[in-house]
Amino acid sequence: MSAEHLKIPVRVSEVAAVNALVTRFSFSAIGGAELPTFSGGSHVIVEFGSCMNPYSLMSSPFDTRSYSISVRRDDAGRGGSLYLHQNLKVGDEGLISHPLNLFPLNLRARKHLFLAGGIGITPFIAQMAQLSQAGQRATPPFELHFCAQSAGLAAYADALKSQYAGRVTTYFDDQKQKLELAQLLQGQPLGTHVYVCGPAGMIDWVRKTAAGLGWPDNVVHFEHFSAPQPGTSFEVHLARSGRTIRVSERQSFLEALEAADLNPPYLCRGGACGQCEAQVLACDGALDHRDHWLSDEEHASGQKIMPCVSRVRGRSITIDR
Amino acid sequence: MSQPILQFKEETFRDDFAYSNSAWAIERFPFPFDKDSYMYAVNLEPHTTGRAGSVYEKSFDVDEHYVAEMRERALTLLEDPLRCQSLPHMTLAGWDLLELIMSHKARDYPELFELHRNGTQWHWINKPLGIDQHFTFGDEATLPYGPMEYITRQSQGDWCVLDQRDGNLWMDAGMVTTQADWSLDFDIGMNFFEWHAPVPMAHELGIFKRALKFLLTIPQGNPARRLNWTMTVNPRHDTSPENYPKWGPDRTTVTAENVGEKMYLRVELQSFWRLPRSNALVFPIRCYLIQLEDLVSQPKWAKRFHRVLRDLPKELAEYKGFERNRALMVQWLSQFDDGGPTSPGVWPD
Amino acid sequence: MTIPSRPVYGSLHALAGSSHLLVADGAGGQAILDFARQVPADWFAAAHIIYVARSENATSHALQALRPRQWHLAPSIPSALPRLSKVLEDAHMGLRLYLAGTEGLIGEAMQVALDAGIDHTAICTEHRGSLVRRMQCVHCKGISENVTTQPSQCAHCGLWLLVRDHYSRRLGAFQGVCIHAEEPANIPPAVETFV
Repeated sequence: MSAEHLKIPVRVSEVAAVNALVTRFSFSAIGGAELPTFSGGSHVIVEFGSCMNPYSLMSSPFDTRSYSISVRRDDAGRGGSLYLHQNLKVGDEGLISHPLNLFPLNLRARKHLFLAGGIGITPFIAQMAQLSQAGQRATPPFELHFCAQSAGLAAYADALKSQYAGRVTTYFDDQKQKLELAQLLQGQPLGTHVYVCGPAGMIDWVRKTAAGLGWPDNVVHFEHFSAPQPGTSFEVHLARSGRTIRVSERQSFLEALEAADLNPPYLCRGGACGQCEAQVLACDGALDHRDHWLSDEEHASGQKIMPCVSRVRGRSITIDR
Repeated sequence: MSQPILQFKEETFRDDFAYSNSAWAIERFPFPFDKDSYMYAVNLEPHTTGRAGSVYEKSFDVDEHYVAEMRERALTLLEDPLRCQSLPHMTLAGWDLLELIMSHKARDYPELFELHRNGTQWHWINKPLGIDQHFTFGDEATLPYGPMEYITRQSQGDWCVLDQRDGNLWMDAGMVTTQADWSLDFDIGMNFFEWHAPVPMAHELGIFKRALKFLLTIPQGNPARRLNWTMTVNPRHDTSPENYPKWGPDRTTVTAENVGEKMYLRVELQSFWRLPRSNALVFPIRCYLIQLEDLVSQPKWAKRFHRVLRDLPKELAEYKGFERNRALMVQWLSQFDDGGPTSPGVWPD
Repeated sequence: MTIPSRPVYGSLHALAGSSHLLVADGAGGQAILDFARQVPADWFAAAHIIYVARSENATSHALQALRPRQWHLAPSIPSALPRLSKVLEDAHMGLRLYLAGTEGLIGEAMQVALDAGIDHTAICTEHRGSLVRRMQCVHCKGISENVTTQPSQCAHCGLWLLVRDHYSRRLGAFQGVCIHAEEPANIPPAVETFV
């Protein structure tokens, strides 16, 4: 699903520093066309310069004139977010994919409980805007619990507190404010769904705590923000075509396949959707799994890999392609 | 095969069955067999603009039967309101569907449909049905029916709106009046595997697992389509299980003399569209009927269909409900089959 | 040979949670007693048992001896459902549901649970007792209880119906379709099948 006709040419319409680490970028369609409406929780893949990363849409799903994303600068990554921070100016032109939602609201929930960590706040901003839309009667209640290092790094916290008075609680590490998760979960009415977006550690903590308290798996929703990280270079033997290509240090496995004109399928480019799954036939080294799609058993089996974010530590890998 | 100005016919799909296909309709009929045998497959392909004039050209094909089919739908709903149901959480998807159908129809058939939008104040004009409606998008109180029912009363074919959650698709809303023998009232609320449970053989072939995997990742702006088929006695739209005692006996009235006239090939053009606000999937099932006597006017189709029917596994013929009359059909069709080769693909030569 | 829409039941086992609601009829009571051997005695201090039986019997006494925090004996399934509905209305996340007994009990209790916002995959079920079915006539929409034969006559409209394995969780019933639609006079003899 990497067809060009699914990409939208856009122009940067806003670059706004939100705090020391986070900058908001807004885009409008070149030619003034309307952008597609979307469901809260959707992301787009942003293609500008060397950046080709997925970012959650934080703007209201009903605003079809522009999309907004908020990007946390990651100095240790491959440079996607750094590229945007350092280079993007109003008027620059690039591409975004059609919105795709891998973190949707469950429309049958009796209540939505949102737990955000750091920059994980972004999909919830769009979802709360969607739920608050006038004209949607009988919308279930929602509340947001927002954990951040400090007030200064809690992007949009004040605006959210005022817009959704009484429904937003913040917890700042530097003030030793702790989210009493077990207590919060125990008091929720039957039919509540919980959604968590933030660092991997926070997601694991919420999933474990909820499961231990008897929350069934289907009501616990989570989204990891993964972008491919750099690593050591390795060779890829393509069993069907007989070719060998090389993945360089700053290139992702998927990008190397694309550079070799192999047109591999992908959707999220963030290790979450399963589209790019490749069958491993052999590996001279170890598989370095960085995805959130394959099960623990599948990781251990050594038979599958997600090229968008995962790599090989070693000499080479042979895949069934 | 350019599109003529559409003449909407006055037809019935029950009682006197005053129905016929014009030469144009016969030529563009969606014949589903690309080779001389048939087995279940995940035959999904992108629903991109197809051959000009064909049923694949527009997003939602409108043909000469449009007005008559909508009248038939209204009659069926008067008799049985349970044919249109929407579980409470699906209203948002209903609005998504209304927008999808209105905007595509207005774009594809500007001489028939118009959509004027001013913020949430919308104005919809449906000339063939004589509808001129002002309403507020998102406010049910400003339409005579819920959004899904409102727009599907003006759109040919059945419509299933599927909630996507828990890695599955759930049939949580639908307008189902031209179905091939399944009940919305019974199946509503089921997931993809459950509502397909009665289909023989396909589950063991892994058809539904593969199809579901594909459908779950359909993005906005990238619909897919496939064809399904069965047979019907008389050009009857309402072959619901609810009314089986009414139409079932028709199957026993087919003879060697009337088989060409009474038997109809019933093809479903199905498509799958991602809906924006609800993230749901809509699954239109558009029904096309062609009398066997008209089908054989295309020599390639006559030969091919003879072979498909002759060699079809018994379980499929039984499940599709025409095993009783299969021998009669095969016998009648054999007169058109000289045993010669047929060209690949579905189009007539 | 079963079809994907035909429910498959498991066996009762302890789920993580803070309180436990167990609903059973007939031989389902014994399923709870068997399950009780797997858990410490004080597990039932956080449990609410609703048992359906015409009157007190050996099983109902044994269930009470487990000392659940709440206990109710209901004379029939329909009479138990309003209580079930209210308990779920008042409940918090962390309440777990266990259903044991006939398909009818499991199906009807599950309908109430689905309405209250519990997903069917979160409910622990065990089938015990007869295979007698509830059936919805697709023609008149009437539901017939205690269906044991194949085919079976609709208790509402009188048509003879093929009792299919196609099952609706939403309705808590199997589908019945007219077996003599094409040849009205030809009704196959009824054979005791779901017992």
